[in-house]
Amino acid sequence: MANMSQSKTPMPVLDPIERGKCFEEVALGYTEEDAFNEAQRCLNCPTHPCVSGCPVGIDIPGFISKIKENDLEGAKAIINASSSLPAVCGRVCPQENQCEKYCVRGKKGDPVGIGRLERFVADNAKASNSAKAEPNGKRVAIVGSGPAGLACAGALASKGYGVTVFEALHTAGGVLVYGIPQFRLPKEIVAKEVEQLTAMGVEIVTDCIVGKTVTISELREDFDAVFIGSGAGLPRFMNIEGENLCGVYSANEFLTRVNLMKAYKSDSTTPIMRPKKAVVVGGGNVAMDAARCALRLGADEVSIVYRRSEEELPARKEEVEHAKEEGIIFRLLTNPVAILGENGYVSGVECAVMTLGEPDERGRRKPVDSGERFNLECDCVIMAIGTSPNPLIVRSEPGLETTKHGGIVVDENEKTSLDAVYAGGDAVTGSATVILAMGAGKKAAEEIDKLLS
Amino acid sequence: MYKIVSNDALNPTVFKMAVYAPAVAKKALAGQFIMLRTDENGERIPLTVADYDRENGTVTVIYQAVGATTIALSHKKAGEYIADFAGPLGNHTEIEGIKKVCVIGGGVGSAIAYPVAKAFSQNGAEVHTIVGFRSTDLVILEEDFRAISDKFILMTDDGSAGEKGLVTDALRKLLEAGEYDEVVCIGPLIMMKFVCMVTKEFGVKTIVSMNPIMIDGTGMCGGCRLSVGGKTVFACVDGPEFDGHLVDFDSAIARSRMYGEFERHAREETCNLFSKEVE
Repeated sequence: MANMSQSKTPMPVLDPIERGKCFEEVALGYTEEDAFNEAQRCLNCPTHPCVSGCPVGIDIPGFISKIKENDLEGAKAIINASSSLPAVCGRVCPQENQCEKYCVRGKKGDPVGIGRLERFVADNAKASNSAKAEPNGKRVAIVGSGPAGLACAGALASKGYGVTVFEALHTAGGVLVYGIPQFRLPKEIVAKEVEQLTAMGVEIVTDCIVGKTVTISELREDFDAVFIGSGAGLPRFMNIEGENLCGVYSANEFLTRVNLMKAYKSDSTTPIMRPKKAVVVGGGNVAMDAARCALRLGADEVSIVYRRSEEELPARKEEVEHAKEEGIIFRLLTNPVAILGENGYVSGVECAVMTLGEPDERGRRKPVDSGERFNLECDCVIMAIGTSPNPLIVRSEPGLETTKHGGIVVDENEKTSLDAVYAGGDAVTGSATVILAMGAGKKAAEEIDKLLS
Repeated sequence: MYKIVSNDALNPTVFKMAVYAPAVAKKALAGQFIMLRTDENGERIPLTVADYDRENGTVTVIYQAVGATTIALSHKKAGEYIADFAGPLGNHTEIEGIKKVCVIGGGVGSAIAYPVAKAFSQNGAEVHTIVGFRSTDLVILEEDFRAISDKFILMTDDGSAGEKGLVTDALRKLLEAGEYDEVVCIGPLIMMKFVCMVTKEFGVKTIVSMNPIMIDGTGMCGGCRLSVGGKTVFACVDGPEFDGHLVDFDSAIARSRMYGEFERHAREETCNLFSKEVE
């Protein structure tokens, strides 16, 4: 019996005031009843347009049907056939721009809560896909243990390849551990997903900086193919006055201190400024994460400064809503022109008031400086305006072709200019999303399989 | 986990530790650094490679026990393990084409200057070294420096060993007496700043090794950014060595103090051990 309610079954969440003081996960996940009700909203329509919106092509109506039948293990098996990280994706994918965007229920009312259902299955199904495949004798090296690398590793391991993942940091997970905060993606979830891969036989080597400890060429001597999923690199700054003042962070640094180095825990030895008034520059998920972390570290006031309007905010809708509920102030059509300082520390930001002009080549209306200025008082500025590719691999591998911005060039099959070397994720595209990186990792795995079999 | 092969005091607060890390030892060169964590939940700290033994797979670092992490590290004994030891990171010292060089080390920074001086010496350059310490108790690596230097000058603030005075006093005399292809200086920021002021007067190219706050050390966090020649650069991937005449030392000094408050309060060392190390 289909559930014809026009609204998604609500997701239980922590109280906004309470959660603003802690790093506990905000969205609590569906109960069995919630999940069953929401699954009934899926009409299992014959065209299943949702699947075309999924970068890894999960059989969405298939797994939802299994939820209706109360067969969570079956649902998990269907998801795992396409995705190795469902507990992560159910939490961090921008579903409104992907699967849910195409859901027929969305034409009148809310689309089916596909992401919420995916998370429910991942969190509650007992089955694991950790059965080891029969080894095929071929070995693949994967550079980076973020979403691209893990997706590639999972896909190859399930086909019997001997997979070794090389990670520069001390913990596997890449942006899932250093970037996305605990309250949005608990690190225990990431660890569990990584464990599933190691149970499948994937070897993870930490503390190995490819490009420094070992080069791609050296990896090629020991492995039949290489996939580079080294992720985003150096943070971008605006090149405005005052950016080197104490109290100016890149979002990468701020989030790394809080997440990877656990500055959010009271017994952590990692130093972090606990701002009273923080200004976060940027409108993406990383900006939302940084703002909400600053709030949780005890800030009285946290503002997001973004040069376009609400409509253009690139962050997931749910993150923007959660941030607003928690009291983050959105100062839209605002662009910093200088960071002000006193005695070497940040004291404020001089901002330009922007207006929206003509659409640019991507169709987004261009922000234009109105000439009007105002000062925003603050003691901390966090720049969340994207990253440029990490130079270490490229500098150590002269034959690896890159764009003028330093991104690795790949063809439509994710193959680089080097023989049997593939790449995907932020190392190729620049800052993007977890699921797009996973899609690239999965695609590269298919191509590597074609090459080696 | 990485095994500590030896961990010995060079002076009351400075320790020399060799760690079994064959992958790092295989690639390490003078001027590069490694990132280490003593234990799970520990902080990541950068330490410069002081020596390496490719055959035995060991890398040696020299550090000053000044904060929580380095004090904990100084209590570790040979045979014990540390959680992480990754590298080598950063660019190595450029030694090619340099025939006569003056290498200057200040305090525990001398530990970093030593492998650089040694690399020049092994490459056939004439090496003059100046090292400065507060007093005779703190002098390290004197014999090692003497063995690879064509000229060696030891300076102490109080005159308790070598000559009394600052490294810049000795440098000025050397520059007046003869020409150098390059001066390399590794020590506290303030010392490097003043050395650069002297060498600029004489028009001698000067390389400094910068040691800002770092977290990942691999080109991800941006915490180690510096202003060099008016541009923002990252010490971990663009350095750690830079043209000293282009470095904005005042902004580097201000940034190195960012967590002074935190350090005082928590009596915890920060990711900034490295800059403490050379004071």
